[in-house]
Amino acid sequence: MPFISNTDKERQEMLTAIGVEKFSDLLKNIPQKFIVNKNCCLENQKSELEISHKFYKLIAKNISSARVNSFLGGGIYDHFIPAAVDHIIQRPEFHTAYTPYQAEVSQGTLQYIYEFQSMICELTGMEISNAGMYDGASATAEAILMAARKSKRDKAVIAASLNPLYKKVIQVYTEGMDIELVEVDIENDLQNLKKVVDNQTACVVVQSPNFFGNLEDMFAIEDITHSEKKTLFITVVDPISLAILNSPTEYNADIVVGEGQALGNPTNYGGPLFGFLATRSKLVRSMPGRIVGATVDANGNRCYSLTLQAREQHIRRAKATSNICSNDALCTLAATVYMSLMGPKGLNEVATQSATKAHYLATKIAELPNYNLASNKPFFKEFTLKTPIPAKEIINLLTKKDILAGISLEQFGMDKNLLLIAVTEKKSKAELDNFVNALKEVPNA
Amino acid sequence: MPKTIFEKHSPYRKGYTLPANDVETKLESCFPNNFRRKEKIKLPEVSELDVMRHFIELSHNNHFIEKGFYPLGSCTMKYNPKINETLVRNEKISGLHPLQNDDTAQGALEILYELQHMLSEISGFANVTLQPVAGAQGEFTGLKIMKAYHNAKNNKKNKIILPDSAHGTNPASVMMVGYEVVEIPSNKRGMVDIEALRKAVNNDTAGFMLTNPNTLGIFESQIEEISKIIHDVDGLMYLDGANFNALLGIVKPGKTGFDIMHYNLHKTFATPHGGGGPGSGPIGVRKDLIKFLPVPMVNKKNGKYYWDYTNQETSIGRVHSFYGNFAVNVRAYLYLKMLGSQGLKRVAENAIINANYLMKKLQDHFLVPFKNEYCMHEFVASGKWQKDKTGVKTLDIAKRLLDKGFHAPTIYFPLIVSEAMMIEPTETESKETLDEFIQAMLDIAAEAENSPETLKAAPLNTPVRRVDDTRAVRELDVKFEW
Repeated sequence: MPFISNTDKERQEMLTAIGVEKFSDLLKNIPQKFIVNKNCCLENQKSELEISHKFYKLIAKNISSARVNSFLGGGIYDHFIPAAVDHIIQRPEFHTAYTPYQAEVSQGTLQYIYEFQSMICELTGMEISNAGMYDGASATAEAILMAARKSKRDKAVIAASLNPLYKKVIQVYTEGMDIELVEVDIENDLQNLKKVVDNQTACVVVQSPNFFGNLEDMFAIEDITHSEKKTLFITVVDPISLAILNSPTEYNADIVVGEGQALGNPTNYGGPLFGFLATRSKLVRSMPGRIVGATVDANGNRCYSLTLQAREQHIRRAKATSNICSNDALCTLAATVYMSLMGPKGLNEVATQSATKAHYLATKIAELPNYNLASNKPFFKEFTLKTPIPAKEIINLLTKKDILAGISLEQFGMDKNLLLIAVTEKKSKAELDNFVNALKEVPNA
Repeated sequence: MPKTIFEKHSPYRKGYTLPANDVETKLESCFPNNFRRKEKIKLPEVSELDVMRHFIELSHNNHFIEKGFYPLGSCTMKYNPKINETLVRNEKISGLHPLQNDDTAQGALEILYELQHMLSEISGFANVTLQPVAGAQGEFTGLKIMKAYHNAKNNKKNKIILPDSAHGTNPASVMMVGYEVVEIPSNKRGMVDIEALRKAVNNDTAGFMLTNPNTLGIFESQIEEISKIIHDVDGLMYLDGANFNALLGIVKPGKTGFDIMHYNLHKTFATPHGGGGPGSGPIGVRKDLIKFLPVPMVNKKNGKYYWDYTNQETSIGRVHSFYGNFAVNVRAYLYLKMLGSQGLKRVAENAIINANYLMKKLQDHFLVPFKNEYCMHEFVASGKWQKDKTGVKTLDIAKRLLDKGFHAPTIYFPLIVSEAMMIEPTETESKETLDEFIQAMLDIAAEAENSPETLKAAPLNTPVRRVDDTRAVRELDVKFEW
């Protein structure tokens, strides 16, 4: 049998040692009627070779967006990943290790998490980061719960320009806690925000660059948010953007969250991802998720361990800050290796190339008749295009030319003629021009 | 201990290469200067070799499955097949974007559709969502479904009953959906105390969360009666599937009275634990609850697979940005395909035999409170004899095991057994490994008598000696300053 070491003979020896004749004697506690008699449901077992053949045939039907000229983003981005990243995360020392509860044999995991936390703090300007969460959406939702806990208030104000998928996750996470979500359009008028922030507001949640790619005026938003002393400013950021855009500490964010996938993790059809959550020291005890701290061992040598565990479910049970029991560790390892390899200059280069190439493309497309940018606000590496025919039709037409044109915003209940386009450093000028030319050839446009 | 990566910084060193920017656009023209970051980011500047050496050095300080035995109860640390790692790294898996057209991801959708189907079949449920990315998120999702069911029927219910042996995530998840926890004791056989359950149940009871086999490794033989008591007040039965490894091909939980269950693909279905994730925590439900599952589900029409939003209105919504941990789900798919029906059953059988073998061999030397029951895939021993006689605690025994090349069992859990050591060998371990572990445990039992000080000082041979957790809290240092 695959993956089982013991032979039938050894199995029988063990049954004898246990003191039973046959396996079924061990199932005495299970009511007979519940025992499945016939072999269930799956096909016959397959060898490594057979499953590989089947698998390759199956996935031949997929188009890898990493292989074609893709402009898909919307929170998940195809940034370059140095080969060394995968070599590290494939090491079974990291890959098959358990959660580092036994610190003495988990220093490898604990130390890289400590380094990860330190790097997230550097990017965000915050004082403490947790060890990682499931994804940007749940990290944002947990940040709202954290703010409500800390402020003992139950209203969360959310910018309408937040990723619509995040809004759905937030809805599910907060409704059981009786938190009122107030969505406000800040793209056109910040006065709208002023009107809803009051002494019941636990937090204001703003994404920048927002879902449409645009940069929000975080300094002005912060002024309004903190006009209420206890209201926390939660910002959702693209970690790559932080290499060149304002660090959240510059605009006095209280909690910084985001999707970390862009840091060294492939798109993987949307998972696994990882979220990050960083904040000020004064909020540490309200934080959800694992945290690693430096300490010493019995010999006084520096080492690491999971700390502040009294916040967590395995100690605090129903009074924990969250039920979370995972930090998507391996994804945060990829991010740690990625940030180590890229360093400050590499990250800056990635952000700069992404931004300049996105702006080059936007300018070229806007020169085409009938195509306009949906907004004249500043953007980073992603922008929304107003298309002359439904975006979906353009996507279908261009797919035939091995171009994945972007995301039709119709699926999020928005105008069908809006196309969200993301550009990373991986694109060459030729690929960008190829996209522009393909748009030129779209009929009826 | 190794230096941090920050201490290896050497200005202008580079660990990457990128093509030169071939567009003429200047960054200054992209957005106004007030959006630009003022302070430089302090990340290390190191070479690729520096990075490789650093992380390899760190890796040497970890215990991991290929290095040695991992008898962690309720964690199912089985061997993870390597073919999965090769296959999921294919660009036609890793390079897929979640928002590309369904037409361009037919292979991926077929894999997920089949996985939904296989998980439903082996557990006896009507359908499965693959969206929750962890066991705890699965619990949360399952409880949301329970709440949606009651809301749809206008049931005014607000309490979830749990046995005192429940995982910590259970009460924490209950709290997150806005229900209250009612805890009931276990009986002398380590099972749900039916009388206590009856007393706790009333019209407020929204449901019952149970792990079966429970965290003592014992199959709840009164499951039918328990289900009846809960169903009689229109409560729902939730199965925490952490211990599903014991039931594969033997019992279908959906046929034993459970209405909702979560699976831990990173336990039962051999996807790597990753040092703390990414995992995957799908949810299976009975037929009338399908309409509450998160959207989208994978469906098939006219030979084409697609993301189905049909139940948008009744669904609890979304718990993940996209479709859950796809690459983890693909590994579970491959694992199940390779096992087939017969392999599946063999997994559970050998897991159960391995656990009973260990329990039998250890019960004369360590207290095994429930040794009169055959266990399923795991059992709970206790260090109480040693503690009473020699002052050596379970923590000391656990640390000494580290010295001998084994990971420690899950300790001090379940909370109802004092000095608990929860031991789960899994089916992938050989008899020799189990014998070596038994010998190590017997040596430790002898050491407790002859040289208790050694145990109290353990571990002695690990990369670091016993770690000062108290200091880590008292003098909080969570970020490297340089």
